[in-house]
This record gives sequence, structure tokens and C-alpha cells, in this order.
Amino acid sequence: MKAAAFEYQKPTELSAVVSALRASNGEAKLFGGGQSLGPMLNLRLARPKKILDVSTLPALKVIEDLGTAWRIGGGVTHAMLEDRVLVGCEPLAQVARGIAYRAIRNRGTVGGSLAHADPAADWPLTMPALGATIVIAGVSGERRVAAESFMTAAFGTALAEDEIIAAVEVPKISADARWGYWKFCRKTGEFPEASAAVLLDPQRKVARVWIGALNGAPQSLNALAVDIAQRGFLAISDLSVSQALEPVLGKIDAAQRRLHQTAVRRAVQLATA
Amino acid sequence: MEEHGKPGQGIGARVKRKEDSRHLHGRGQYVSDMVIPGQLEVAFLRSPIAHGRIRAIQKPAGSEGAVFVRADMPEAKSIISTSSIPSYRVSAQPPLAEGKVRFVGEAMAMCVAKTRAEAEDLAERIVLDIEELPPLVESMAALREKNVRVHEEWEDNVFVTLSVDNDFDRLSKQATVVVKREVELSRQAMVPMEGKAVVAHWDERTDQLVMYYSTQTPHVVRTGIAQFLGLSEGQVRIIAPDVGGGFGYKVIVHPEELSVAWLAWKFRKPFRWIEDRREHLVSGANARQHKYQLTGYADDKGRLLALDAEITIDGGAYSNWPFTIGLEPGQAIGNLPGPYDFRGYRCTTRCVATNKPGFMPYRGVARTGVCFAMELLMEGIARAVDRDPYDVRMDNLVRPEQMPYDNVMKKHYDSGDYPQALTTAREKLGIEAWRARQEKGEADGRKIGIGFASYCEQSAHGTSVFASWGLPLVPGFDQAAVKMTPDGGLEVRVGIHSHGQGMETTLAQMAHEILGIDVSRIHVTHGDTGTTPYSTGTYASRSIVMAGGATANACRELVPRIVKIGAHLLGCKESEARFEKGVGVIAPDGKQMSLKSICEAWYLRPDKAPLDVDRRGLECSVSYKPERDSGAFSYASHAVAVAVDTDTGQVEILDYVIVEDCGTVVNPMVVEGQTIGGIAQGIGTAMYEEIEYDVNGQPNASTLADYTLPGPTEVPHMRIFHMETPSPYTEFGIKGMGEGGAIAPPAAIFNAVNDALRSTGVEVNRTPLTPHRLLEAIERARSGTLPKREAA
Repeated sequence: MKAAAFEYQKPTELSAVVSALRASNGEAKLFGGGQSLGPMLNLRLARPKKILDVSTLPALKVIEDLGTAWRIGGGVTHAMLEDRVLVGCEPLAQVARGIAYRAIRNRGTVGGSLAHADPAADWPLTMPALGATIVIAGVSGERRVAAESFMTAAFGTALAEDEIIAAVEVPKISADARWGYWKFCRKTGEFPEASAAVLLDPQRKVARVWIGALNGAPQSLNALAVDIAQRGFLAISDLSVSQALEPVLGKIDAAQRRLHQTAVRRAVQLATA
Repeated sequence: MEEHGKPGQGIGARVKRKEDSRHLHGRGQYVSDMVIPGQLEVAFLRSPIAHGRIRAIQKPAGSEGAVFVRADMPEAKSIISTSSIPSYRVSAQPPLAEGKVRFVGEAMAMCVAKTRAEAEDLAERIVLDIEELPPLVESMAALREKNVRVHEEWEDNVFVTLSVDNDFDRLSKQATVVVKREVELSRQAMVPMEGKAVVAHWDERTDQLVMYYSTQTPHVVRTGIAQFLGLSEGQVRIIAPDVGGGFGYKVIVHPEELSVAWLAWKFRKPFRWIEDRREHLVSGANARQHKYQLTGYADDKGRLLALDAEITIDGGAYSNWPFTIGLEPGQAIGNLPGPYDFRGYRCTTRCVATNKPGFMPYRGVARTGVCFAMELLMEGIARAVDRDPYDVRMDNLVRPEQMPYDNVMKKHYDSGDYPQALTTAREKLGIEAWRARQEKGEADGRKIGIGFASYCEQSAHGTSVFASWGLPLVPGFDQAAVKMTPDGGLEVRVGIHSHGQGMETTLAQMAHEILGIDVSRIHVTHGDTGTTPYSTGTYASRSIVMAGGATANACRELVPRIVKIGAHLLGCKESEARFEKGVGVIAPDGKQMSLKSICEAWYLRPDKAPLDVDRRGLECSVSYKPERDSGAFSYASHAVAVAVDTDTGQVEILDYVIVEDCGTVVNPMVVEGQTIGGIAQGIGTAMYEEIEYDVNGQPNASTLADYTLPGPTEVPHMRIFHMETPSPYTEFGIKGMGEGGAIAPPAAIFNAVNDALRSTGVEVNRTPLTPHRLLEAIERARSGTLPKREAA
């Protein structure tokens, strides 16, 4: 199938992007790497009047060291993060490496993935687990939203129609922090059927366990994280994991339940091994 | 992989494929690469529902001459495939839906515009008014259904019923062990990299409808297009350029292709339609869906005495031309006994009409299913008698001293050593080491399993076999035309098509075997009805035997003509001169005359040629079929080791061994390539590929995001070992082998997984083995709700 006709615009400044968004009254779509929007256009599932191509916008391509955090432009591709290990944010390269295929990573962007908000995607799970902040640009300037409250539902975010993700600020983790990330894909490159991220950073008094690939947004398993921070892998049992998951898993079958439990268990294992 | 092969460029040599250069450099020429000035693009509007009566198709305002429905094209006949099978019911498939729609994706209207996007814009604006009818989604339900019919003129929903009973009662009574198994394969699509594709135009100069057509069978397609459009065959020329995979999908005249042909004929303009992936997955979900209920009757050693089987094939909505929907049940009932020696057989096979795309022959035709069923039964028998499945198989396989062997279905197995293939596979896999590792257990908790599967593959079966399947078009002799060129090279023209089989190389090797001409100077042309002799084309693992045999015989026929000229040029008697491959003609005194000089004398300097030169010249067309056309049976045993993660349902293939025998090997690299490609598809059937339908008959997979194919990371390294038992009936003893790789993987992999999970009581029996399906079975076992396996 081929896309229905649309207007195409390629602004060269971020300000031009947000004013064009404002002017379009919700009928424009931002085109980042196009790895989700491209197929949706061709399948005619997305029918925007206008495409605003931000795939090469220089302002979105910046990776900047802020001292205690890294600022990553919304247009930074997965491949850029894969190829450059950011000191203090090493998990980003590790996660980037596991996203789909290199061909997709070459084009797909961090901002695009977060804005698209596929429940099974990697960044919507990773960013809250790392305690990141989403920097959002609109006509009246920038605002900041914690990653953990940015994604509101499957394919739903805190973004208004005339806003764009300018950047993500990811706090640096301590040198002795432990990170565990595990996902289950039917085959290389597919979206996962279960995924979990664990950050244990005792120096910063941070312990987080998040799970993704749910029906809605990724969820935090706070109580379990606290328990793991205290007891390590001993906190993990069939019972403790299934109790922790109970409130966040909707109606799913026993096999899916087992898979989510496995994801948590293995991510914790990686972070505590 | 052990390097298998002979030196040189002839039969048995590992010659690099001539066609690879253009493919690896991206210079292949596919239908989509053809551009004819002024060509218009075609898009089809497809049925959004599975079953309904068409009340109206309302064309958009202002779309005159750009949107067509069935009523606009009275000159095009519906595709009707007859069969001589008595129980076969005829279904008429119109080029565009007529009266009813019978599956989601059935083409209803055809839109024409300068670009595909604009043609799709038109399609969107068509308004459909369809009265919904209850969809028949599942074959068993369709079988029982009394009131709703896919084809109203039928009395039920059964396309074909085939039954056989060979000495079943007497032999089954002797059994002491009775083992039942039910197995099932899901519906899948064939997914060639290139889908269907046609560019059709009218050539005023030759007064011909010329179609660039992605097909395996250009000559057959020509007959079909001429028939269904009411043209003389001389008015149709089919050119199949490079074809990006066929697998059976491209041996059929599809309604869309006929519709585009009609456009070009009617409007005398060029039109192009390229099937996209979504169209393919929705309207091409047409393969593999079988259900088996098997009961094996064995003695207490597990020696199979009799087999009782019910096979139900989900046939979809329409039969196809020319292979008919009877091919699948015919192959299923005929091939179920496989490589095993038993004499009691009762089987009923039903092919049931449902509201899905019509079933088509996919690489391995029915044999992937029957091998899966039979090999899972063998495993069940071994469990019932508490013996190693290897030993039970060894006791049941046809033995070499029984060859040639007529099996319980009178299939004539021409040659081979089936037990040796299995034994070698077991050895090469390293069974002891795997059993020890299985016993010890994995550090990561995964469970190791080992599985085997054996099959035999009827290849290059000819007239008598296809006639018995009732087809409207039966293959006979295949022809090859060979012509020496003035510079001593050779042209070979054949009516088959090569689309991955490497036959531009292997046919050159066969010509080289006779004439000794360097393969780089042998030019093989195929795929064009305007330039090649008749053949029914490439399918059923036949082309290397048929076109190869014809090529070799045609080359042989040139030899005396070459010698005659050569002897004259050498000044010796014809009877004293001899032909020497790679040299030319040699006189008794050792003087030599090159092929180049001989060709020069015939073409450029006939003044030098003898006066009584053979006037037929240095070209000829020769037809060939094997002495006995019941087929040359290739066979193989596959052995696989897997690790099963019982917390995710993930199966990893750790080792995959193939021991295959396709008779005399023409080019081991090509055989290995075909095997690897086939196994990749077999792994797809076993573990990944599936289109499920909901209760409304809506397919759940319409893009590659939903339809999972194995990729490079899912297809393991394979170790292939060759045996070579020549066929007694074919030229050089060659057997076909193109389908084999796709036959055994589901059987071998499921047996391995079931072996791994034996202690848990889990036994899986439905393709594909998705992690979710496997994990569900494991969870059922954990919670103690596993259904007890019926076994006596």
C-alpha cells in the first residue's frame, strides 16, 4: 500500500516546528526516524494532512554532558547511542544495541520512540527506570516531565498536540550502580512480549524495578525494588514476584503471567549477579 | 560441512552459480524493473468480510474508465479447474468477485491510475454494499455445517474426499499396541520475497498480449491466460524474467493476473500490478493447514502393521488452475506412509471449503504435514513400547534390499538406503554426547532434547502420477533446444524457469558433461514462451531431472554432427574420428579439431564443411522423460538438538544435521543451498509462521509485524551430509530435491522439544510452536490440568 497524499514540510529550527504544529490544529504529524509512522502512513492507518520532518533537525541531534546528567536530543538515533557509551549512562548503549535491527536503529529516534509510546518499546521502559526527565518544547517554551509520568497509556503521552520532545535528561548513575535489563522477543528485532529493567544504585539511594510490554504504560514495582535493595536476589521468589506483579498485570493467561515473572526475575538476576 | 564434490565443471562439481553475479550486484531484472512507456498502475479493492452477498459496488463519481468490476469484463471467463477425481467439486473463481465474496481479501474491484497511490485513492472511494453471510472459518465446523455453503450449488462444503483401505482390518487385528496421535498445522502464507507481479501490454507489431509475469510456469500460464480470455495461444507471450521466489505460489493463474491481462487486451495499453506484502498475507494465506487423526497399530516391538488416518485439509474458498485443490489431498493420502514399510492402510482425506483464500501447493505439498504426522506417531509408538525412537524407526524403514519398493499406496521407491541416512544422521549429530548433556542438565536450567525425522520425496514424477491426481493439465515430455554458436559456445533454451534453483548453472554443467564446453560459454535461456520450447515448468522438484535430461540428450544428439564436420576438416574418416570433451574431434593420428573451428565451418565458412554435412546443423530440440515416470524418490533424515526454556517457552536449535540422498548430485553447492533454504522455510512452519482467523474470518496477520518469519538469527548453522544412490530411471541417476528441506523440520523439531519435555508430560502437536503455545502447555502441566495422552 502507498500513503495517501499529505503536505510535507521540513523546518530547520525547533521554533518553526512548534509554530507549525500550533498552526496545524492537530492535523500535522512529526516525522522523526519514521520507523513506526512510515508503515502507518503506507497502511493508511495514519492520515495526517501534513508531515513535519524533523529527522535531521540539528537542534534535536545534540548529546550534551550536563555534569550530573546527560541531555540527549529527541532526534538522537538509537544507533548514535549504541555507538557512543555515555559515562554514567552506560545502560543507554546496552539498551540501544538491543532495539530491533541496526537498519531500524540507524533511523529510529529516542524522542520518536517515547512520543509514539508503544508499550513494548525499550525507551519508555528504560527512561523511567533510569529516573530520566523528558524535556518538552512548545510555543511558550520548555517544560519538564518526569519520565515515569510521561507515558500515560498505550500510545498515550503527556505531550500536547503542539509539543515536541526536545530532549531527554538522564541522570548519571554511580560507578557501583547495577543495571539489569531483560526482554523476551520471539525473534531478534521483534517487539518484546515481556521486558523488565532494574536499577540498583545504593550510593544514590535508588532502587527501581520497572516492567514493560504490558497492555498500558510500563509500571514500577516499588515494594519489590525496596526489598531487593535490602536483600538482593533473596527477595526474589515465585511468590514475591507474582505478588508484586498482581496489581499491574491485567487479565492475562498463565503463560503470559509466567513470562512477565521470568522477565522480572531475570532482570533482577542480571542486576544482582 | 564436509566438502562434497568432483573436480571440473561437469556433473558433481561445485561450480559457482552463473546467476549470482547479477543477483549479488543488485542487477537482477524482475517484473517490477520493467517499465513500458505509458504504463498505468493497478490497485485492487478487496473484500473486507469473509462471506457475503454483493448487493452493490458503487464506483466513485468521475472514475469512468478507471474502476472496473466483474460486470465490466464479460470477455474474461471465471477460472475453472476441472478434475477427473470423481468426488471433486468444481468451483468457479471469477477474476473479480461475482455475486458473493468468499474470503477476506478477495479482489472485488480494479482501479487504474498513473501511480499506485492514486489507484489506491480510487479504491478507497468505492462504496461496498455486502449482505453478510455466516462465515465458515474452521474446517471441522464447515464439514458439519448443514445450511451455509461456500458454494451454494454444492450439497455440502467438501471439495474432495479420497479414501483408501488396503488390507487394514486383517493387519490391524494382529497388532498388540495401538497408538493414537492428533496433530495439526496452522495456516500460513508462502511469502516469496517478490510477490505476484505482472506488467501486461499489447504488442501491435506481433499482435500479441505480452506479459512480464512472475511465474514458475510461463508456458502453462500462457495456456491459462489464452483460455480464460478467449485468445489463441499465439496471441499470448509470457516472459518470466528474474522471479524472486516461487514455492508453488507462482504455478497458478491468479485472478488478479487475469484481470490485468484483460485490461491490456481490452485497452491496448500497458498496465502494471505488483502485489504488496499486505495483499500477499491477506489473500495468499493458502498453505499447510491440515489436521490429522492417526491410529497406529504395531506389534510389541513397535513394528507398524497398519495405519488408520483421517486427514482434514482446510481448502479455503476456491480450487486453482491448473493444479486444482485435489493435488493436496491426493498427495496427503498418497504420501502419508512415507519411508516406512507396512501393509495395512486405511485413510480418508477430506478437503473442505471454508471462507479463506484457496489452498495452493506450497513447497513440499502435503508432505510437510504427512511427515509431521507420521514422525510424531513414530515417536508415540516408541514411547508405547518403551524403546528408543531411533530403534523403532530403524525397524520400520524400508530397507535397501527391498528396493525398488512398492509401498502400501503403490508408490514405487526407486532406490536408496533409508536406514543408512538415519544412522548417519544420528552419528553425525553425536547422539551419545547429547544424551550425556541432557542427563547432566544445563547450567541455565534449559532442557535438552533430540529429535529425528525421515521422509522420502517423490520428485520429477510425470504423466502417470499427475494424471492420477486428476489435473486438467498433465506434464509429459520436457524439451531442451541447444544450439552451438559460431564461436564454439552453446546456447541452451528450456521451458522451465529457474528462480533460485541455480539452473542457469546446473543445466550448463549437464551440457558441459556431454560437450566439454566451458560453463562460462554456455548460455541458458528460460522463462519466455517466445523463445523457449514447451515445458509445463518448474514445480514438484522436477526441473533438473526433466530439463536436465533433455539438455543432456540434446547435446548428445549434436555429437555425431560435430564429428562429421570435424573428421572432414581433419581429413580422416568419420568412423575413425572420435569426439573428446573439452577438445573437439580427434583423428586417429592424434590431430585435433576444436569445436570453435567446427562451428566456424558450419556457420561462417560452409565452403570448408563436407558436402554431405548433416543438414540439421549444430542445433536441435530434444524431448525427454525418464524411462519410468513414477518419480525418482529423494530422501533424507534430519536430526536436531534443541534447548527448551521452560520459563519462556523459547526453543533454541543447537545443532541441525541433514543426511540427504538425491541420487547423482549435479552441483553439491546448489543442493546444499536448496536444502538450507527449504529448512529455513520448514523452521518457519515449525516455529513462526501462522495466520489465525477470528470467528468472523478476519486474518490476524496482515503485515510482517504480525506474521513472523525466521530470519538469519533464527536459522541455525546446518550440517549437511550427502549420500548418492542414483535413480535407475533418470538421466545420470539424478533425482529432484528442491522441496525436501521444507518437509522434515517441523517433525524433527517437535520430536526434539517433546523429548526435552518428556519428564514434564508435555507433548506438543500443533504448528507453529510459538513460545506462548509451548509455555501454555508447560503451565497446564505445572498446574496439573494436562489432558492425559490416549495410548494403549
